[in-house]
Amino acid sequence: MFRRTPRLFAATLAVAALALGACAEKSSDDAPAPGGSSAAAAFPATVGKLTLDKRPEKIVSLSPTATEMLFAIGAGKQVTAVDDQSNYPPDAPKTDLSGFQPNAEAIAGKSPDLVVLSNDTNKIVDQLTTLKIPVLVTPAATTLEDSYRQLADLGTLTGHPDEAADVVTRMKDDIAKLTKDLPQRSAKLTYYHELGPELYSATSRTFIGSIYALAGLENIADAADADGKNGGYPQLSQEIIVKANPDFVFLADTKCCKQSPETVKARSGWAGVTAVKNNQVVALDDDIASRWGPRVVDLLRAVVDAVAKVPA
Amino acid sequence: MQKALTRGPSFAQRPAGLRPGWLAAGVAAVLVALVAGVSLGPVSLPPGSVAAELLNLLPGVRLDSGLSEREIAIVTELRLPRVVLGLLVGGLLALAGGCYQGVFRNPLADPYLLGVAAGAGLAVTAVISLGAVAGGAPTGLPLTVPLAAFVGSLGAVAMTYLLGVAGGRGRSTATLILAGVAVSAFLSAGQTYLLQRNSDSIQQVYSWLLGRLATAGWHDVRLVLPYFLLTTVVVLLHRRELDVLSVGDDEARSLGLHPQRSRYLLIAAASLGTAAAVSASGLIGFVGIIVPHTVRLLAGSSYRVILPLSLLFGGAFLALTDVVARTAAAPAEVPIGVVTALLGGPFFVLVLRTARRVLT
Repeated sequence: MFRRTPRLFAATLAVAALALGACAEKSSDDAPAPGGSSAAAAFPATVGKLTLDKRPEKIVSLSPTATEMLFAIGAGKQVTAVDDQSNYPPDAPKTDLSGFQPNAEAIAGKSPDLVVLSNDTNKIVDQLTTLKIPVLVTPAATTLEDSYRQLADLGTLTGHPDEAADVVTRMKDDIAKLTKDLPQRSAKLTYYHELGPELYSATSRTFIGSIYALAGLENIADAADADGKNGGYPQLSQEIIVKANPDFVFLADTKCCKQSPETVKARSGWAGVTAVKNNQVVALDDDIASRWGPRVVDLLRAVVDAVAKVPA
Repeated sequence: MQKALTRGPSFAQRPAGLRPGWLAAGVAAVLVALVAGVSLGPVSLPPGSVAAELLNLLPGVRLDSGLSEREIAIVTELRLPRVVLGLLVGGLLALAGGCYQGVFRNPLADPYLLGVAAGAGLAVTAVISLGAVAGGAPTGLPLTVPLAAFVGSLGAVAMTYLLGVAGGRGRSTATLILAGVAVSAFLSAGQTYLLQRNSDSIQQVYSWLLGRLATAGWHDVRLVLPYFLLTTVVVLLHRRELDVLSVGDDEARSLGLHPQRSRYLLIAAASLGTAAAVSASGLIGFVGIIVPHTVRLLAGSSYRVILPLSLLFGGAFLALTDVVARTAAAPAEVPIGVVTALLGGPFFVLVLRTARRVLT
């Protein structure tokens, strides 16, 4: 019984890990628009309250998404260390630093001139600030606009504002192209997005849900967290999923938990679900499906491709 | 039934045997849980149709329930196995709890207090986080998890036992409990460390730790059933010896028993049962201590009463708790471990308050 406290803590942690920072924490917005003109590396550069006097050359990224963003905007060479979860791009300098349990001393040991974090656990921002290490927090995006802004912020701070703007433009173009030719349907197709074999899902209010909405899909998980109390990440009942009879099942638990269209088919009671019957169970890459970086376009492409196969 | 003990040394108060009334109440509780379990859920289905579908499971019956293919699947493939698993797991946890209390002559002994849960937790975390579960069964857990849970729980009981009984002086209740606390804390720390090292699997492990019947299917039932039968048979066959052990080893020996041998056998059986339950449903607290105690307070203090009734009421308790877990926040799920604690705590206090008058 004395284990109850750790277990509650565990629950909190689990939810936190799941939500990957569904935290409503406001990011460093209202940043001045990146240089605009040819003044590519204009320093001092300011984002929110953070000002860097010169271009950072030793960046530590403790967020897999931030790592992807930094490399996408051409700041990869300035990144000297990334956390243990940052596995893309493959040549990112992965270390055993933890983004879940950041440790100020270990970070300071890399003597960074910029640290990028996705959430402020362990009062890490205060600690690093005390050590005079500049920190940028890039919390989990809740909209695509958040992603675009974070890319722009990183561009400003790393001296790559134009490349960042290019990445954003390319993302916007790709997304527009992908969503343009979607067939018109009389009734919306429905989907279930699976975060784990314990049937945790994400509602339309989440970032991931907004991507599916772009593809014109309707989420069967929305009713399970109508008041948003689960932060958009409810655990669904099997019978609710079977009853809702989604047209698609998207698996974001293929790497973590070895789920596949075959394992879904083998679940008891699932054989009659339209997604299973019509082979519309789609295996996603867990990482792409949980990050809000440039590869979100790949996720949307996977969704749109699946949708396109269903005749209108 | 009384005969077996009347030849033994004189007990100040000889515990009474199992009364048919209580047995009937236990069976009734199981039936109520079964009916409630298949009729109630986040998806509402007409009770008549559910009954018709259940009857269709019997050979030779073909009724038209008017349910769609998916609704039939909800009843027969999702709800029924879930209720059955709840009955098996709840029964096992309560039976194991009662058994530990007898073996250790300690009313506070339960799978949690003895470190069994922590041991199983550590072993399963190790297996999951080291990736040994790769390519697991679709919704249930592969065989590595029950095996790990068994090794872990047995190891933990052995540690607690050696520290508290064999290592300590005499067989003090307090020593055993303290040893259990130490072992639990130690193993939990190991588990936390493993999780920190492998944060990829944090979600999977924690979800398991919170206890779940949410994804139960017939696969899980088939996995638990053999262990359930084995544990139940071994423990129930030895229920009289538990009564004798509770009086003292010398008394047991004078009756021709091998106290140590019986003890080891019972510990192994209870640990196997706990491990099977834990591997199928995660760590569901409270059932192992609350059910045997309630039975003891209400129906009698002989293990001949406590064990069979714990089996029945434990199963019914967990199956009904699961109904709450899946309907309280429908269409979302509440972790069943949370519900057992929330329901079990106040209920236990109530029973204690009522029973104190009877006991004193």
